[in-house]
Amino acid sequence: MTVPRTGKTPGGRLKPLPSGPRGVLIDCGTGEAARACYRALQARRVNGSLEATDLVPGATTVLVDGVEEPELLAAEIPDWVLTDDTGQPGEAIEIPVCYDGPDLDAVAELWGVAPGQVADIHTSVEYEAAFCGFTPGFAYLEGLPERYHTPRREDPRTSVPAGSVAVAGPYTGVYPRSSPGGWRLIATMTNPGRLWNEHREPAALLVPGTRVRFVKVEI
Amino acid sequence: MSHIEIIRSGILTTCQDAGRAGWAHLAVPPSGAADRPSWRLANQLAGNPTGACALETTLTGCTIRAHRNVTVVVGGAPCSVTVDGHPEAWGQPVKLPAGSVLDAGPAEVGVRSYLAFSGGLHPKASLGSHSTDLLSGLGPAPVKDGDTIPLGPSPAHPPLPTQWPAPWAGVSEELVMKLHLGPRLDWFTAEAVSELAKGDWTVSEHSNRIGLRLIGPALRHKEPGRELPSEGIVAGSLQVPPNGQPILFGADHPTTAGYPVIGVVGPAALAAAAQARPGTRIRFAPIPIPHWNERP
Repeated sequence: MTVPRTGKTPGGRLKPLPSGPRGVLIDCGTGEAARACYRALQARRVNGSLEATDLVPGATTVLVDGVEEPELLAAEIPDWVLTDDTGQPGEAIEIPVCYDGPDLDAVAELWGVAPGQVADIHTSVEYEAAFCGFTPGFAYLEGLPERYHTPRREDPRTSVPAGSVAVAGPYTGVYPRSSPGGWRLIATMTNPGRLWNEHREPAALLVPGTRVRFVKVEI
Repeated sequence: MSHIEIIRSGILTTCQDAGRAGWAHLAVPPSGAADRPSWRLANQLAGNPTGACALETTLTGCTIRAHRNVTVVVGGAPCSVTVDGHPEAWGQPVKLPAGSVLDAGPAEVGVRSYLAFSGGLHPKASLGSHSTDLLSGLGPAPVKDGDTIPLGPSPAHPPLPTQWPAPWAGVSEELVMKLHLGPRLDWFTAEAVSELAKGDWTVSEHSNRIGLRLIGPALRHKEPGRELPSEGIVAGSLQVPPNGQPILFGADHPTTAGYPVIGVVGPAALAAAAQARPGTRIRFAPIPIPHWNERP
């Protein structure tokens, strides 16, 4: 949401970068600013002041693709001031998981905690889906405190089962289907079919901006 | 309604329409016909509405049997066209009687031919598109021998009494592509930027609908080891991984990427890239970055 200049832009000024003849990549500086910028762009699309084919949030950017006159959009972006409110509060989506991942012990060691505490830490955070990438319906969930940021595996797996709950860098996420992967696996979602359903609108359970909580279950 | 039957699928034949633009925020690639202008023209000549689903072949063509009377246009990469063994015209509406067999031969130049059937093809749709997406697996699988694909109702408009514009401008041995510099030009060394305008690259055999891998002068990152947080990319992005060998992303490109994009080619160059065989030489004509960011 754009507000008068007295507001606050988390992360400073937005920088438009050209992305081809019909694209603008907005460098927002921080993840927080990127999420605020994405909300502002969505609001503009809803109220008709922005026409674009795709709005694609990234870690610290938002790509606006399919705009007729990118230079007009680019000219106004540096003056945008974004509020740091978190949009509609709404209910967090709960994801039941079983903490049985093959990298659980390794992650506990990296975090400097007992293996049993990984679940407590991972379930204590309310995450936000910062952006999607990698495969349809895979959301990069942000919110883990910095001390729990985790390096990727040195040797990525050639196959990670659908429903695997993983951590890497500042993110956690759930693999919607079996694929290769280099994240560290700590848990398993009990019903991964919920993550992606082409007959649902939207097809992805975790669209950018969704708030998420993991709930520990025993199997 | 009825259907077509795949007799010979060739090395890779897929169903393609306009694709799935609009879902990139869910990590859904745009997909759709790799050579958009050829696909569009083939459909127009077949009398189809914009956006109809056609077959897209790869190098070796394909063979189908029609199970109803249908008009077909074989366009895109030029190839021999036969119906029940008799030569027919490429780039023109050809009538297939029910039961007849159409063969689209190997591409004589270029890579991808399009077989547009009057009424269009109606394989399984996913997020509103019939396109096969090789990266994410959305849409119908690549066609196999013996597959049947439903045909849509014959279009209201009869096929246009016209033919493919000649000469076909699809491919040459060397492509020169206009490259819109940015978004991450400043991640590269000055040498890399000047090399872009001078160097030439060769299309690697490890190229597909996801992207063309280019072999040639390395484009070096200014700060090796610096990591780019994942960000959205558009079709036509020229992404440069740490080894300096660029990848030109096509229709089935990943929606976000973790390496910097030095420049982006427009739709015409992207269509030409879709017809570039391994070994094709590619040069770039850089278009300077617009002065968006120089305000005080």
